[in-house]
Amino acid sequence: MKLAPFKLHISIKIAAIVLVFYTLVAGFLVSVPELDILNETIRNLFFHVTSWFAMVFLFLGAFVFSIRYLSSGSENDDLLAKVFVHVGMAFGAAGLVTGMLWAQYTWGSYWVPDPKLNGAAIAMLAYLAYVVLRNSITDEIMRAKVSSVYNIFAFVMMVIFVFILPRMTDSLHPGNGGNPAFSGYDLDSTMRMVFYPATIGWILLGLWISEVRYRIERLSLPNQ
Amino acid sequence: MRRGFFTLVFAALTKALFAQEMADAMRSEGKIYVVVGVVVLIFIVLFAYLIWMDMRLKKLEKEKKG
Repeated sequence: MKLAPFKLHISIKIAAIVLVFYTLVAGFLVSVPELDILNETIRNLFFHVTSWFAMVFLFLGAFVFSIRYLSSGSENDDLLAKVFVHVGMAFGAAGLVTGMLWAQYTWGSYWVPDPKLNGAAIAMLAYLAYVVLRNSITDEIMRAKVSSVYNIFAFVMMVIFVFILPRMTDSLHPGNGGNPAFSGYDLDSTMRMVFYPATIGWILLGLWISEVRYRIERLSLPNQ
Repeated sequence: MRRGFFTLVFAALTKALFAQEMADAMRSEGKIYVVVGVVVLIFIVLFAYLIWMDMRLKKLEKEKKG
């Protein structure tokens, strides 16, 4: 059974544009809690955290399509899984870099030996291994099967290393190891008005970029 | 008990020293709008590229179909 190609409705793309630009403007102009050390950098919440959310959402999509591939055998599913991983990694890299810059000006160092940070780095490496794995297998069906199975494990590892382990121990990063998350004490209702649309906007942007990437790949396939 | 007291004193001192650290100066002089403008401009360029790619792909897909 031929599955329909991945196509986003134009309203999603328009929503992505509107929400992202809303975030860019409101993110800098909205009033934020005046906290020590953080000062204005708390606005990075709208960019750093949203990037990670987009990454997790895209990796979830990759996870779903990898599972689908294993039962459907459709090349389309495997292609979507690959595309979501690639674009997800781009957002993850953005999250890492924005986090590092934020850390330098608040914690005094670009990197600290912290469970959350190291966990995020490990998760990114796990997905990098997915890309390397795909490149190492020449037979198409074998490549799709092996990388689909690996993708499932990579997602599980990501959840454990980024969300579960850091919360079980001491961590400098907000939301883990005894620190309240931003929503706990900093995220007032004004910030929420920007943060929630920003998260949705970033996710939609990630979906749009994935769709474009997917269509490019699909065009270069011989039998589509 | 003593650690708690010192933390409190330090926090109070820090608050007094850093009370004006928000970018109010930038905001009052209108410079914050430059920041917003720069970021919006960058994203306009990025979105224009994305939209151009999208339209180009639509054209290619149509050609491939026909």
